[in-house]
Amino acid sequence: MGDHHDIDRQVRTYIFVFVTLMALTIVTVAISRLHLPVHAAVAVALVVATIKGTLVASYFMHLISERKLIYWVLAFTVSCFIAVLFLPLWSHFDPITN
Amino acid sequence: MEIPYTVAERPDTGLNNGKIGIWLFLASEVMLFGALFASYIMLRIGAVEWPRGDTILNVPLATINTIVLISSSVTMVMAWASLKRNDFGKFRLFQALTVLAGFGFLTIKYFEYSAKFHHGLLPSKNTFLAIYFTLTGLHGLHVIGGMAVNGYLLGPGSKLWKTDPEHFTNRVENSGLFWHFVDLVWIFLFPVLYLL
Repeated sequence: MGDHHDIDRQVRTYIFVFVTLMALTIVTVAISRLHLPVHAAVAVALVVATIKGTLVASYFMHLISERKLIYWVLAFTVSCFIAVLFLPLWSHFDPITN
Repeated sequence: MEIPYTVAERPDTGLNNGKIGIWLFLASEVMLFGALFASYIMLRIGAVEWPRGDTILNVPLATINTIVLISSSVTMVMAWASLKRNDFGKFRLFQALTVLAGFGFLTIKYFEYSAKFHHGLLPSKNTFLAIYFTLTGLHGLHVIGGMAVNGYLLGPGSKLWKTDPEHFTNRVENSGLFWHFVDLVWIFLFPVLYLL
């Protein structure tokens, strides 16, 4: 079992992360009300979502202090994930033409 | 035969088997949702026109659901932290709140889906609705799966706390990793489907 003081410190971090996530959720909705051009709106929304996702993964999922093997598994997964995301773009910018 | 390394770390991986198992499972989940996000991109850039999500979907309800799911992630991690503090009573409270939040999320989703069906907005109506129902439907199934495991650990599964508290704490941590992943997916689904 972990040290109680260590857990108390972690709990304070969880609450701080929770408040930050709530604030970023409000920011996400507020920015969408600005009706930015599509490319800018997509970029801003994805940046905010990535910050929120990083907070969840780092602190709630404890990735900030995880073993190296997990990092390797995730690095491999993320590289495959990015490849899959870019496949449609690749086909879009290289269409079959007569 | 007993499953080895449920508490102690395996010398070669430096992790207990449950932890490495759940992370490998989550890696496969990343690819499952990744393929669907890629499909979304392909459908969107290939479409002649694409509706803004907020012209069809209910943003206030989805915002409430985002708050509900983020809150449930906090109660989930607090449930685990309570076990680390040897406070089983608090664990039960936070775990129950997590399951309750899952119910809340699905109830709101039910009202959202009902309104869409009532107005004839079915997956067959257009490509946007097809990918919306596919992504949120799959995510909803994950919420149900997470609730089932969390409910089990709150109920009959909690007997393990009396005999092997460290093993039980690891189980709660692993189910929590899945629950946080479900939250993480929603964090991306919300702006992509509802706001852009």
